Amino acid sequence: MSDAKTMTATTDATTPSSRKAPALKGGRRAEEIAKILFVVPAALAIVALFGYPVVKNLVMSFQDYTLRTFFTGQAPWVGLQNYVTVIQDDVFSKAVVNTALFTIGSIAGQFVIGMLLALFFHKNFPLNGVLRALFLLPWLIPLIVGSAAWRAILEQDSGILNVTLQNLGIIDSPVPWLTSPDVALIAVILVNIWLGIPFNLTLLYSGLQHIPDELYEAGAMDGATGWKAFWNITLPNMRAVVGVTLMLGVIYTLKVIDIILGLTQGGPANATQTIATQSYRDSFVEFKFGQGAALSNILIAISLVFSVVYLRATRRQADE
Amino acid sequence: MLTHRTQVTARRGIRTGIAIILLALMLFPVYWMLNTSLQPSGNTLSATFFPTHPSLDGYRTAINDQGRNLVTSLLIAAGTVVVTLLIASPCAYALAQFRFRWINWALLAILISQMIPGIVIANALYTLYESIGLLNSIPGLIIANSAHAIPFGILIMRSFMLGVPPSIVEAARVDGAGLLRSFLSVVVPISRNSLITVGLFAFLFAWSDFLYALTLTTQGSTKPVTLGIYTYLGAHISNWSAVMATAMLASIPAIILLVIAQRYIAAGATGGAVK
Repeated sequence: MSDAKTMTATTDATTPSSRKAPALKGGRRAEEIAKILFVVPAALAIVALFGYPVVKNLVMSFQDYTLRTFFTGQAPWVGLQNYVTVIQDDVFSKAVVNTALFTIGSIAGQFVIGMLLALFFHKNFPLNGVLRALFLLPWLIPLIVGSAAWRAILEQDSGILNVTLQNLGIIDSPVPWLTSPDVALIAVILVNIWLGIPFNLTLLYSGLQHIPDELYEAGAMDGATGWKAFWNITLPNMRAVVGVTLMLGVIYTLKVIDIILGLTQGGPANATQTIATQSYRDSFVEFKFGQGAALSNILIAISLVFSVVYLRATRRQADE
Repeated sequence: MLTHRTQVTARRGIRTGIAIILLALMLFPVYWMLNTSLQPSGNTLSATFFPTHPSLDGYRTAINDQGRNLVTSLLIAAGTVVVTLLIASPCAYALAQFRFRWINWALLAILISQMIPGIVIANALYTLYESIGLLNSIPGLIIANSAHAIPFGILIMRSFMLGVPPSIVEAARVDGAGLLRSFLSVVVPISRNSLITVGLFAFLFAWSDFLYALTLTTQGSTKPVTLGIYTYLGAHISNWSAVMATAMLASIPAIILLVIAQRYIAAGATGGAVK
């Protein structure tokens, strides 16, 4: 076996290049084609499942694309009309504000709690790994399951949260967590924070693991311990990971639909309607696909702004 | 010195205690789901912290109502795993080892594709499926779910396959194996762990999917369990123990994977983002 290898190698080396060249050229072309074939299925899948939808959405957003289109096959071109309609809709400004509050509130809560937990788990203690892994559970179960569990906890009359708060004397009458326009958004944000903690904990923890211990040892000699060490050593070294965590968090949160539909369906009185849920509503409840597409394109545009920041953050991280 | 060591042990013990309390708080909703699922059926929630008279009625109703939907979810998730691995693994290898000039563009496209909201894909696929008859079908949902698992899978497996030494593939090539043979017989076995990680996540993605289940099915004929739960969660919930029992059944894959495949889960959790 090894003899054969050496022989091939020697023949290759000693064969006059003039005679070998054409055969090799053909072989190389076949090889190049074979290499490309490795990528073709994935490339087709990405074009079909991402490229096509993006283009299709763009086209639909300029058409009067409704339920009727499915019967007549006609979707008249209406220019920017869909965008004008969705932006002038009363719900739109509410949805924009809700999207902003939902995203900022969720990210702030997830990040702060995730960071505190990551710092805590960075310390050494028995069962650390097992306990940290179990923190992932809320992230691995289906979002709609998480919503269902919280529906039970937040239920107005017999939910455990109101019952406990009343028993403790903190509230006099049950809080309508998911049915009052005043508190529904807060409740939805709290549930989304709960869902996002595992993701933040995991990314930030892995970031902490990559900071060399020597930095802390050197810092300790200069008197940097505790909070000082956190500000001067931990945070600067975590910049890239923090950037990625925040950007991914924003991009994921902007498009959240499951949790809101499961908890409140965007209600009460649109109190928890976001751009994403409104887009779902337009397309799949009202069957105004053109308007739904226009809203989802607005969502893409917002995500894209954050994506650019995200890509820069990852590139910087790759460089380091 | 002995006291110092006892102090350290004590401090570590306290930390473990704190960690357990934090974990208990974090997992309370999951516990509450279990607790409620075991309570006797009824349209009001019980406020007792333990199921003192545990009843399996909720599970009986859940399996009667949703047993078929659980099987549908299982088929969709398994199909997504197969499609994702078949399509993503050769591409991951190519992007890791072949020196294409356009690799950075390909990676950029993959990163951007991960940011496209699911509702955009749902909008387009709905109109497409409507015309080619893939609405309300398991293959239709497998294709939609693969949309999210393929880019993720490429990124995870590529980062792993960057570490495969080219020399061992070359050795197989010298022995006469073609590109595909050497990929299947050398690269795939070596990269087993990353394939398992991607497979597990593809399964969880598809199993948890709600958006495509909601938008790409219009009749009750094909109904993943997530959609079944959503139907249960109508404005008025009449049977809490059945809802929570279904939710528990839908959590089983996540719980099993967390227990038996923890290291793969950990690898996927960080790998997708930090590369």
